[in-house]
Amino acid sequence: MTNELVDFTLVSVALLCVGIYGLAVKRNALRMLFAVEIVINAANLNLVAFARFVPDSGGQTLALFSIAVAAAEVAVGLALIIVAYRMYRDIDVAKFGTLRG
Amino acid sequence: MADPAFLALSVLTIVSAIAALELRSLVYGAIALMGTLGGIAGFFLLLDSPFVAMFQIAVYVGSIAVLILFTVMLVRRELIFTKVEDPRRRLAGVGLMLVAMASLGAIVVHSGISGITTEEPAVDFRAIGADFLVRYWPALILMGLVLSGAVTGAMVLARREDTEDDQRAS
Repeated sequence: MTNELVDFTLVSVALLCVGIYGLAVKRNALRMLFAVEIVINAANLNLVAFARFVPDSGGQTLALFSIAVAAAEVAVGLALIIVAYRMYRDIDVAKFGTLRG
Repeated sequence: MADPAFLALSVLTIVSAIAALELRSLVYGAIALMGTLGGIAGFFLLLDSPFVAMFQIAVYVGSIAVLILFTVMLVRRELIFTKVEDPRRRLAGVGLMLVAMASLGAIVVHSGISGITTEEPAVDFRAIGADFLVRYWPALILMGLVLSGAVTGAMVLARREDTEDDQRAS
């Protein structure tokens, strides 16, 4: 194993920051969902990297749980986007006004 | 030091993550997101975790990305290509990204984890199965219930009740 733990962690940090940028700037609901996916994958990469270097099987188990829960989250998120698109004819989150205070 | 496969994978992953957010068309953005998810699967292979890599490819690249592609295709054509964003907000977002990257990167580099390598054998994937069935079986059942509940909820949410004026926008 020639790679160090810190390399994987740095890639994970970069992905996390790209995801934060997407969440902060984009107004398209689908792009925000992309950004959430990127953040979740950065977290999974961290879990598996630390699990490899400990080494312990618990990190991989937790990463598998995380992937499955993320799949459920994407299904519900896409359904919500479809419902919002049907209501507003748009996927711009600034135009979703029903729950606005 | 990192090997060339690692460097190529990290460039692929980060560039396609940026492309997923910045490409003009949402369809190409979704395909770039597939690149990111596949790159993460490559990292899992580099980390000697083939089981998680297989799961990642099956769940993310196989199903989630295709689900996103279909949702993108359901959206009107002009919404796929328009990018509405405030330029100042975008500049602030880039600044936030760079600051967060620099500070978190500095924290990671200067923490105690730099220089850690391992020569130990990788975890056998049979240990993961044992984990699932012996130690975490209540969580496994709960995860199954959550998944089926989420899929049922998604179907109920996306079900169309009125069919008269849904097809006109295309």
